[in-house]
Amino acid sequence: MSMLSLIVFLPLVAAAVMVAVPSIGSAAARWAWVAVSAVELVLVGVLWAGYEDPGPNELAFEEQVPWIPGVNSSYHVGVDGLSLPLLAMTAFVFLACAIYALGDSERPRAQTALFLFLQGVSLGVFVAADLILFFVFFDLSIVGMYFVIAGWGHGNAAGSALKFFLYTFLGSLALLLGFIGLYVFSDPHTFDIPELVAATPLQDSPLTGGLVLAAILVGLAVKTPTVPFHTWLPPAHTDAPATGSAVLAGVLLKMGTYGFVRIAIPILPEAWRGWAWVIVVIGIVSVLYGALVALAQTNLKRMIAYTSVNHMGYIILALGAVGLAVDDSAQARSVAITGAVVQMVSHGLITAALFLLAGVMHARSGTYEMGSYGGLAAPAPRYAALFAVAAFASLGLPGLSGFIAEFQIFAGSIAVAPVTAIALLGILITAALFLRALQQVFTGHTQGQSTGFADLRGRELWSVGPLLSLSLLIGVLPQVLLVVIEPASASVVDLIGR
Amino acid sequence: MTVGQAALLVMIVLPAAVGAVLALTRADRVAAPIALVTAGLAAALACITALTRPAVSYPFVAGSDFALEVDALAALTMPMVAAVTFLVLVFAAGNIGQSQARFHGLMLIFSAAALVTVTAASLPGLLLAWELMGAISYALIGFWWRDSDRVSAGLTAFITTRTADLGLYVAAGAALAGGAGMALAELSAAADPWRHVAAAGILVAALGKAAQLPFSFWLSGAMKGPSPVSALLHSAAMVAMGGYLLLRVEPLLASTGWAGPVTAWAGVLTAVLMGVVALGQRELKQLLAASTIAQLGFVVLAAGVGAVSGGASHLVAHASVKALLFLAAGAWLSALGTEKIADLRGVARRWPVVGVTAAVAALALAGFAPLSLWATKDAVLAAALESSPWLYAAGLVAAAMSAAYSGKILWAMWRRGAGEKGRAEGAGRVSALEQVPLVVLGGGAAVLGVLALPPLSPVLADALGGHGEVSIAELAVSAGIAAAVLLLMLRFRSPEPEWALRWLGLEAIAQAVVVRPSLALARALARFDDHVVDRAVTTLAARVSVLARALARLDDHVVDRAVTTLAARVPVLARAAARADEDGVDRGVVAIASQVRRLGQMARAPQTGAIHQYFLQTVAFLAAGAVIWSVYAMMG
Repeated sequence: MSMLSLIVFLPLVAAAVMVAVPSIGSAAARWAWVAVSAVELVLVGVLWAGYEDPGPNELAFEEQVPWIPGVNSSYHVGVDGLSLPLLAMTAFVFLACAIYALGDSERPRAQTALFLFLQGVSLGVFVAADLILFFVFFDLSIVGMYFVIAGWGHGNAAGSALKFFLYTFLGSLALLLGFIGLYVFSDPHTFDIPELVAATPLQDSPLTGGLVLAAILVGLAVKTPTVPFHTWLPPAHTDAPATGSAVLAGVLLKMGTYGFVRIAIPILPEAWRGWAWVIVVIGIVSVLYGALVALAQTNLKRMIAYTSVNHMGYIILALGAVGLAVDDSAQARSVAITGAVVQMVSHGLITAALFLLAGVMHARSGTYEMGSYGGLAAPAPRYAALFAVAAFASLGLPGLSGFIAEFQIFAGSIAVAPVTAIALLGILITAALFLRALQQVFTGHTQGQSTGFADLRGRELWSVGPLLSLSLLIGVLPQVLLVVIEPASASVVDLIGR
Repeated sequence: MTVGQAALLVMIVLPAAVGAVLALTRADRVAAPIALVTAGLAAALACITALTRPAVSYPFVAGSDFALEVDALAALTMPMVAAVTFLVLVFAAGNIGQSQARFHGLMLIFSAAALVTVTAASLPGLLLAWELMGAISYALIGFWWRDSDRVSAGLTAFITTRTADLGLYVAAGAALAGGAGMALAELSAAADPWRHVAAAGILVAALGKAAQLPFSFWLSGAMKGPSPVSALLHSAAMVAMGGYLLLRVEPLLASTGWAGPVTAWAGVLTAVLMGVVALGQRELKQLLAASTIAQLGFVVLAAGVGAVSGGASHLVAHASVKALLFLAAGAWLSALGTEKIADLRGVARRWPVVGVTAAVAALALAGFAPLSLWATKDAVLAAALESSPWLYAAGLVAAAMSAAYSGKILWAMWRRGAGEKGRAEGAGRVSALEQVPLVVLGGGAAVLGVLALPPLSPVLADALGGHGEVSIAELAVSAGIAAAVLLLMLRFRSPEPEWALRWLGLEAIAQAVVVRPSLALARALARFDDHVVDRAVTTLAARVSVLARALARLDDHVVDRAVTTLAARVPVLARAAARADEDGVDRGVVAIASQVRRLGQMARAPQTGAIHQYFLQTVAFLAAGAVIWSVYAMMG
């Protein structure tokens, strides 16, 4: 068994054990989750240490086993500079959630099993090199998250979970339709991603290519989500448990954006170029609309949820822009793609931290309404400090990872399509909304729910702190991440130019 | 790595790291000594690097390096920033009584960011330090966070300067597209039209940071922060960095043809108008803030007319003058609990060290010969005259305004009045730690004019660019104007029109034109999102369940009934079948057998492609499952 299979199946097996052995106690289940997640992180670290760029349209740590030979679908996994960073981010976010959940008391064995299952399938999405395999993991993640929200959520959890499930599941059906389209129109028929990339099916049939891309776009846009397919996100986050929100925003949303760079762009470059303007517009609208709607929110979790729409918008914007012009701007387009991938990692870390911190708020006083707090920095200075760092990271302050992402996205996109500079207003509005939130919740005289608010405890500190530390590391020494991503971005630029 | 490079790195990393640790801990008792040692080391290292002129770089983002380079301009400015940081922290050790760890930590991080700004040689590194300064300034203006209005002022400062900072993002895009790379020195080689875009972006960002018109209002609110913060951020470092950046990219501005004049006029108009605003203020720190903007106007003017050495001299000398005045204002504010100029009358007599040094600084600010700003400002004006007599004339008006507002505070603090007596609100004393830095800064305020006078001025002009020669006539005109206006101010009360007191109504305009419409739009879009976008989806889902119920009825009443009816017909059919069997089947079997053989051959054809139908069936199946689920949910 290869390294990647070990990474994917270890949490799945551990989850099965959790389910199968009812005698596992609460504490054992909690610590088992931490232990497995820690081992996962170490394994990904080993992978990272041994990683060398495999070259264009090649995968490192590849493994291929026949699975459904009748349709040329195989268990094919591998990593490159696009997926390895997401793999590492996923492992990091899940470990943070495991540590955070050490203090939860609700059905620990089932929760551990469910999250380990989610971790396995999430990692599976990012290593899959076969469309069917990708789809299976993609859909299983939706099922897992449904049970997390429905089973451990609060408020109108059942309704929000169902809305999440139906909406993203229907989106995945559109995605499946697109995948089948790729299979049908490829010659020889295959679901293998590298083979499809090499073959570029539908290269000379713009109409069919456009339709297949449209199906894939809708499927991924729901998951990402972009405007107007985003309305499942705020209720899902508001009613999800803290760890569920962290995984949903940190990891699951990335499956959508990852699908663009892994599948849509390399396999359908011509159609992508044809649709590039539409994609850029969707990106700009998502950036501005997400930021403005977030600015008007009074509920902290809804606000963070809408900033995710804004942040994912930057990625869509950059990926659209790279399809706009295929000329001598290769460097600028490569910079934009690198920025988009960094944004996936950065948003995963920062938003997971923000949602875990929001969870602390709910655990202490049961409400996310910012108006019911005030002067919280007095009783909870550590909480205030960490929240401020997370907020500044999210608004793209230099020195933290968000800046590395957004600077490259904007530099690259503006160089290719100057009109994308409109979206710069997004980083301004985001700054305003986070500073307003900080002011309302943490400053002024201590009042309302802030009175008697207990400061961060050990497990909360040790789950959020490392996420933000990693964001700081990327912000100051971005090359640790960029050396992996940049060659892959250059490959994508080559692929889109075909 | 050379000693110089190591010194440069340590000068930046040490205050940043120590500052971060201090800001996150609550080591209030040891914070001030630790910060002083750190800032002192940084200042010493700044002097070493200014002499050794090292450069370091490491790979950063977008194919560009994080490049730091100590060129002549940085070598002049860097020691000033580091020294003012140290002196302000000495003052703060005697002035800031609570949350000292947080205060000193933030100040150290800020100084590191300012030093990076000074030495940055590429856009990404510059932008990093640039925005970091803005964020720390937010935290420092809102340092007393229990007062909401102070936090609001920090927010206004951060958002306003970030609005202008967007220009740097645009400039980075232009640099990438222009093909010359992101090194600041190479920007003037970028291809057109990107070169112009880069120049415009940097110009906007610099004007915002330097609080030039129309961005000026944020600095008014920023005065709600502690006085040492104003002394460092709003005189020597952050605001000054706006002017500094324009000096640094002067070749780019000049290369475009239009950016130079635009910059010059923006600077000189700001200098005149904010001079009027300063004269109209009734609170000391407000007056000093407006005066800072006006003085930075001269630096911006210098960048516009290519007088880099004159502008840099003015920047450095002004830092000393204005840091001193802000610290004096802070000392009086702590001692008396007021910063109203009317209440400060005679305050200089009560604490003579503060009074004398502040008087020296105020005279320098007025342009009184032979103090520092007299010579440095004139170096800028001389260059302006070569460019356009109108610029020079406007510059002289601005110089007269400087003398006027300086006279206002100078005479107020020495005339006998309320400030001589103690007040209930203040601590009633000025500590030694608060007085020592004033003496050092006072020395600078007096003598730094030598930078703009021979024999130093030609050397600086050689190294930085600009004009080294000095015109005795112009110097005399400047000195004469300053002296005359100072005397007039002794005689007449200064006008305090409402529009000047309110800073030209700039903040009200920004609120009315930008802030309130944005918030209204945000609320409208949020309602739209809930009531239109989301409801469309929910309605659609509800329609699906209605459709499902209709289909269920169809199933009962049509399909099922059809089957039942059919079943009744079966016996009839059976009889007919029996007849057919007897007559035709035997013959038919033979015929079918031959057809089957043909079909068998045809059936081989679709073997390769038929599988996709299976997946279409899967889709249909899954979609039906989703529908059933939603029906179940609606009913359950």
